[in-house]
Amino acid sequence: MSILVNSATRLLVQGITGREGEFHSRAMLEYGTPIVAGMTPGKGGQSALDGRVPVYDTVAEAVAETGANASCIFVPAPAAPDAMLEAADAGIPLIFCITEGIPALDMLGVYHVLRAKGVRLIGPNCPGATSVGEAKVGIIPGDIHRRGPVGLVSRSGTLTYEVVQAMTDAGLGQTTCVGIGGDPIVGSSFIDMLSMFNEDPETEAIVMIGEIGGDEEERAAAYCAREVRKPMAAFVAGRTAPPGRRMGHAGAIISGGAGTAESKRLALEAAGIRVADSPSQIPDLLRAAGVR
Amino acid sequence: MKLQEYRSKEILARHGVALLEGIVATTPAEARAAAERIGSPVVVKAQVLVGGRGKAGGVKLAATPAEAEARAAEIIGLVIKGVTVRTLLVVPAAEIAKEYYLGLILDRASKAVTVIASADGGVEIEETAKTNPGAVLRLPLHPLIGLQEHNVRRVAFFLGLAPEQRKAFGPIMRGLYDAFIASDADLAEINPLVTTPGGELLALDAKIVLDDSALPRHPDLEAMRDLAEEEPSEIAAREAGINFIKLDGNIGCMVNGAGLAMTTMDLVKLAGGEPANFLDIGGGAKADRVAAAFAIILDDPRVQAILVNIFGGITRGDEVARGIVEARATLQRTVPMVVRIVGTNAVEAADILRQANLITADSLDEAAAKAVAAALAVGGGA
Repeated sequence: MSILVNSATRLLVQGITGREGEFHSRAMLEYGTPIVAGMTPGKGGQSALDGRVPVYDTVAEAVAETGANASCIFVPAPAAPDAMLEAADAGIPLIFCITEGIPALDMLGVYHVLRAKGVRLIGPNCPGATSVGEAKVGIIPGDIHRRGPVGLVSRSGTLTYEVVQAMTDAGLGQTTCVGIGGDPIVGSSFIDMLSMFNEDPETEAIVMIGEIGGDEEERAAAYCAREVRKPMAAFVAGRTAPPGRRMGHAGAIISGGAGTAESKRLALEAAGIRVADSPSQIPDLLRAAGVR
Repeated sequence: MKLQEYRSKEILARHGVALLEGIVATTPAEARAAAERIGSPVVVKAQVLVGGRGKAGGVKLAATPAEAEARAAEIIGLVIKGVTVRTLLVVPAAEIAKEYYLGLILDRASKAVTVIASADGGVEIEETAKTNPGAVLRLPLHPLIGLQEHNVRRVAFFLGLAPEQRKAFGPIMRGLYDAFIASDADLAEINPLVTTPGGELLALDAKIVLDDSALPRHPDLEAMRDLAEEEPSEIAAREAGINFIKLDGNIGCMVNGAGLAMTTMDLVKLAGGEPANFLDIGGGAKADRVAAAFAIILDDPRVQAILVNIFGGITRGDEVARGIVEARATLQRTVPMVVRIVGTNAVEAADILRQANLITADSLDEAAAKAVAAALAVGGGA
C-alpha cells in the first residue's frame, strides 16, 4: 500500500509536449508510472515520448479514450489554473500541479471549485509524489528512494530529496513521499496527507518537513497530537530567515512575528514530535522511535 | 512587493477611496511649494517601506510652508531602520476624532480574501489581535463572488460607525476591495481610517503589498517598484532570474531550491557561522547562472567563503561541477569555496571539483562545517 498514486494510477500529463513536461514524463515512464495519455491543445492525434503516449486536444477526450484517473500538470503559470479546472471538469479525481508562480488570487477560485467537486489537488508549485516501486508523478528523482515503511510529506522540493536521500542512505525506506507545495494557497494540506498516511496500513512512521510562513505546521501538530499514533519526526526550514522577506517560496514569509521556525518547532514538540536540527538527523530520530 | 504610501494611496484613490490628496516632494523647496499649494497646515511624511517611521521622527506637522520646508530638511536623509529617506509625501493635516483599522489580506487558512477591521486604529493590528482579540473582526469573503453588501454593513456596524458615516464607508470598503483584486494584492490596508470632528471618513495612511507571482501581468505596478530602497545586489539577482536575499553574515550560500537554501543557511548557523545570503539558483544550474550568482554573492565584501549546495537529482552532477569551475574562472575576486553536489554522477563531480582546488563535502553538515572553518581561516568570525 501507499497513498495517492500506485500501479493502478492511469496518468495523464497536461503539457506533455513542452520541454519540462516531456523531460519529466520520460523519467516517470522509465520509473514505471503508467502514463496513458498526454494533452496539448492543437496537438491531438500526435504522440509523445517516441510514440509511446497518445496526445489529445482536450482532457475530456483523453479521459474518454484512455480512462485516465490522475493528471500531472506542467503548463506555464498563466495557463495552469485553467488546466486544473479542465482536468476537474473532465472528471479527473486527482491532480498534481507542478507549475510554479501562479498568482494567489487565481488559485482561490480553483481551490474552491475543485474542493466542491471533491477533486484532490496536490500543489501547485510542488514536486509531486512517488509511491516507491509503484509510480512516480512529478519531478522527484526516482533513484533516491528505497521501499520501506516511512511516509514523508513536505512543503519543499530539493529539501525533500535531501531528507529522502538521508533516509535511503541510512536504510530507512519509504512508502510514499509527497510534496504539497510552497505557495500560500495549495490544494492539500499537511493534515490531508497526514490523515492518509495515518490510515495507510503499510506506513508505520511519518516524516514531516515544514518551513517558515503560515500556520500549517502548527495546525498539523495539533492534529497529530489528537489523531496520529504512528512514530513521527520533523524538520522545519528557515530558522535563520529574516522577517518580512519572501524566501523563494511565495508562502515562505514570516509576517507580524507569526510563522517562525521556532513557533513551529515548539508546536511540533508539544505534540510529542521530535524535531531535527539537520535533515541528516531524521533517520536517527526515526530509529530512536523504534522504526526499522 | 511593498508599495510606498503615496503609491498605495494613488491606487486607492483611483478606486474611489476617500483620502486627502498629497503631493510628493524630494527636496525641502518642493515640500515648501507643496505646502503652499495645499494652503493649510500639512503633515510631512517620510516615504519608506519600513515600519515605525513616526517614532523615528519621519512624520511631522508643519503649520506654514516655511515650517514644511524646515521639517522636510530634517526628514530627508534621515536613516530609518537602515533606510535613508529620499522621498516625502506632503498632505493636508486632518483633525482626528477617532481612528480605525481596515485591511484586506489573503488568508491562507480560510483560503479567502479576508477583511480585518478594528475600532482601535492607528496601532499595529497584530498587537491589538494579541492583546484584545475581541476588538478585531476577521471576515472571510466568498472566494467566488467576493465582497457583498451585507459584508460591508457587517464591518460598518462592527466598527460602530454613525449612520451618515456608514453611508460614506461603503465606497471606502468597496474601493479597498476593488483595489486589492485589481492589483493582485497580498495585503491592502488603511491604518488609520479616521473620522474627523466634522464627521468625514478619510484614509490617512495606506499600505499595499503585491503578490510577486502576479507582477508579470501588472507592468504598471512593477514600474512602482522603489529601486532606491532595494539592495543593488537584490536588483541584479532579480534581473538574472535568481532568488536572492542579502543577510549580514560572512558565508555566502548558493543552493538550488528554496527549502534547501533556507536549510543550508540554518546549518551554517548551527555550525557556528553566519549566512551572508539566501540564494536559490533554481533548476539546471547552468554555467552563466552560476557565474551571475557568484558575482552577486561576492559583491558583498564581507563574504569570506562560499558554500555551494546542489542537489542535482535528475540533472547530472558532473555538468554542474564543470559549470561551477567555469564560472569561478570568470570571477574578479575569489574566496574559499566548499562545494557539495549530490545526484547523478556525484563521484565524477567531486573529481572535477578537487582538480580545480575546490573543497568538497559529502554531507550537508560536513559542507557547512568546512565553510565555517574556511571563513575563520580567511579572516576571523562574522
